[in-house]
Amino acid sequence: MSCVVEIRDLSFTYPDGHKALDHITLDLAHGEKVALVGPNGAGKSTLLLHLNGILPRQTGEIRVSGLDVSGKNLGRVRALVGLVFQSPDDQLFSPTVFDDVAYGPIYQGLPAEEVRQRVQEALERVKMSEYSSRVSHHLSVGEKKRIAIATVLSMKPAVLVLDEPTAGLDPRARRTLIELLRELPITMIVASHDLPMVRELLPRTVVMDQGRIVADGPTATILSDPDLLARHGLEQ
Amino acid sequence: MHANFLDPYQEGTSPVHRLDARIKLILVIAFILTSALTPAGAWPIFTLLLSLVLSAELLSDLGIVFFMKRALLALPFVLAALPLLVTVDGVVLLALPLGLSITQQGLERFISISLRSWISVQAAVLLASTTTFPEILHAMRALGLPRLMVAIIGLMWRYLFVMVDEVLRMLRARTARSGESEFSGHRAGGTIFWRSQVAGGMAGSLFLRSLERSDRIYHAMLARGYDGEIRSLPQPGLRPVDWLVLFIVLLLLLSLLVLSRILWG
Repeated sequence: MSCVVEIRDLSFTYPDGHKALDHITLDLAHGEKVALVGPNGAGKSTLLLHLNGILPRQTGEIRVSGLDVSGKNLGRVRALVGLVFQSPDDQLFSPTVFDDVAYGPIYQGLPAEEVRQRVQEALERVKMSEYSSRVSHHLSVGEKKRIAIATVLSMKPAVLVLDEPTAGLDPRARRTLIELLRELPITMIVASHDLPMVRELLPRTVVMDQGRIVADGPTATILSDPDLLARHGLEQ
Repeated sequence: MHANFLDPYQEGTSPVHRLDARIKLILVIAFILTSALTPAGAWPIFTLLLSLVLSAELLSDLGIVFFMKRALLALPFVLAALPLLVTVDGVVLLALPLGLSITQQGLERFISISLRSWISVQAAVLLASTTTFPEILHAMRALGLPRLMVAIIGLMWRYLFVMVDEVLRMLRARTARSGESEFSGHRAGGTIFWRSQVAGGMAGSLFLRSLERSDRIYHAMLARGYDGEIRSLPQPGLRPVDWLVLFIVLLLLLSLLVLSRILWG
């Protein structure tokens, strides 16, 4: 089986000497939905930022759809990896929803007709079609979050990478988002503290602590191991 | 992702670091005034001023190279003085096309202004890298700058870092979506016009978010009893050595200024 994401022996140390990733090895198969859990500072976000080369690789290997994440491949890799940041305010920098969702396709140099079509599709996917001409600034957090996901769906990525998608959402917005992610037929890796969502949505769970992967397996098994969860600062 | 690298302060225990911030602030202002008031062409005085600031830099233990790098900040001011080369009347040194000519007086003025800005920036860099920002704020207050202005400068400093962090995160989100199409033949990057539109949109949303943030900050201040008046604890008295440094350096600067005015004025 070919893998969308292959990570081999990846280590990363921040300039201040803090070792954030310590020999990470991880594979994501096509269509897999994987949770990345662990305490704050475990290295989850650092790992996510490596997936499209925002943080330069120091040692080890990362491949996305068979492409080495470095140098001349970065442009392709950034279109293949849809990275959704925790704060939608950082993600939505354009005046209108349309401009934001169109950013990726326009940057890629796609023809105008295809850009419009992709924006339409992406907005339909997150059930926000009628928001196209709205001003991002005035949306609610839940709406912004869905638009943020649309901004990467319009690039037709091979893998969706989400950092804390349910943080700060009220129960209804959280529910809408979970249903929406469930329906997306795409490989995804989701960093989260929201274990109920993990249990419901993501069949495989990877536990990180202090820059290492300390457990990797079926979500049901991992979440029913109270000792493991307690050791790594997680609660059922 | 933090913009801590912007903070010019460098830890240290040198005599320059330990000198009271109020004294440092007064001396730096006096130094900049002296160099600004020294007439053009007073080369020996400029040399003495330069050696004064260089000695203080050596005393600070941060190394001359550090200051030379930061003093590159003075370059834009030098550019502003460039037209003086051709606009001052006097003895022609070099005739240029279009009826322009470089004069001896023009050259003298240009070099003097460049020197002035270079050594003044060095003095300011010395102050900023050996004094923490809160100390500088206290010093401003002690020297009688109105409380409101000190408060504005302080808040600006505090939230400058928050804003820069925000900008960095936004740029990172943009980079993350700046990809190439799988089909060859599409040139990635978009047109210059479109890119400037995106940059404009980013600046606009940063502005809106800053405006909202300032509202939230003000409410948080009101919630803690802010009534328009900033209060601070009284500052400790000056040590005798602080007074000594103050008088010696002020005297030195004053005599250099008087000398330069008499001999070149």
